[in-house]
Amino acid sequence: MIAALLRRDLAQFFPFTGSGAALPVVFFVAVAMLFPFAVGPDANLLAKTGGGVVWIAALLAAILPLEKLVARDIDLGFFDQLKLRGMAEEAMMAVRLVAHWLSFGPPLVLATFPAAALLKIEGETFQILILGLLAGTPGLAAIGLMIAALTASLRAGAALSGLLLIPLALPILIFGAGALARQDQVSLGFVAAISLALVAIAPFAAGAAIRAAREN
Amino acid sequence: MQAPSPSLIAENLACRRGDRLLFRRLSFALEAGAACHVTGANGAGKTTLIRAVAGLTTPYAGEVRRTGALGLLDERTGLDPDLPLDKALAFWFGIDRVAGADEIMARLRLDPLAEVPVRYLSTGQKKRTALARLMGQQASIWLLDEPLSGLDSASQGLVSELVREHCAGGGIALIASHQPLDVPGMTAFAIEDFAPTGEDA
Repeated sequence: MIAALLRRDLAQFFPFTGSGAALPVVFFVAVAMLFPFAVGPDANLLAKTGGGVVWIAALLAAILPLEKLVARDIDLGFFDQLKLRGMAEEAMMAVRLVAHWLSFGPPLVLATFPAAALLKIEGETFQILILGLLAGTPGLAAIGLMIAALTASLRAGAALSGLLLIPLALPILIFGAGALARQDQVSLGFVAAISLALVAIAPFAAGAAIRAAREN
Repeated sequence: MQAPSPSLIAENLACRRGDRLLFRRLSFALEAGAACHVTGANGAGKTTLIRAVAGLTTPYAGEVRRTGALGLLDERTGLDPDLPLDKALAFWFGIDRVAGADEIMARLRLDPLAEVPVRYLSTGQKKRTALARLMGQQASIWLLDEPLSGLDSASQGLVSELVREHCAGGGIALIASHQPLDVPGMTAFAIEDFAPTGEDA
């Protein structure tokens, strides 16, 4: 049942298969492309600030898929039907977390290659950036899933989820972008640790949230 | 799947919506082969009862005990709106390990619609698709919330027929509907009979 659900969720959310699912990646590259136009083509300035821009673009791209992530399947009665077949909400949300990350983390990391070229990010900085995104995106996905589940039953949920994600994602941003400024791999360990903790609690928090959403 | 024989028992059930108590002291016991029709006006609490019996919400008081798997049919189909009908159903048929998918599709006259995306289906067609999902599930307890709404008279007759067959095969059906069903031996109660009176307030 878990495998069937994961296949279905991936088909829903993976770029270019699901409906409008490529949007976060396109948005991410677009931001990276706009930045040199805005600040000018000075390679030194771009290389110094570009990493931070990539991180901000990743954070904003993480907001885009949230609207459809949980609310749609609650409205469809999809989770109800799974529940009747004996699946726990926590398991549904764990599968959703995996599918959400796979459909947004790795594509974002791939999109970082052209983005980094546009922003003149090279060498060790580029390595730290890629490693940081690999370590940080699971955390962003976990925060996103929790917020999407919590706001699913609210009328203004979509607008609210963007506002909620930003402060919660600050620790990942600080350590992830900070690693670039100091060329310091230790900060990446913090990013990974924050991600790990978020990934561990997200299925339980999101599961409890969709259970609570049924009560109203 | 059939053993042990299914049962569905509600004891002293009370449910609220928001701050309002909808019904209280509602009890029933359904054994294998029993069908029960819950009637009531819109907003009387039929859906709330079905969802509490399904275990999707926690009743305010009382408890529900059951033996056997639950199948739920309500206004939400659980089918992906962007997928063609056969693909959307195939997901649930896969999870429920359905063998006779073709017969179910034919029985509900869904074959001509197989390639139509679910979001383009009419209300009645969606309902028939949801019925196909329910049949494939092979659950021994059926919870049907307004199974007749949106269906034409031929399909309404089919729903009664399916419920008759389900109960003849030892299944249980709890049906919330304000429309009549043609199922011999079906018991019925009105949910308004359990509405709180002045003394409870």
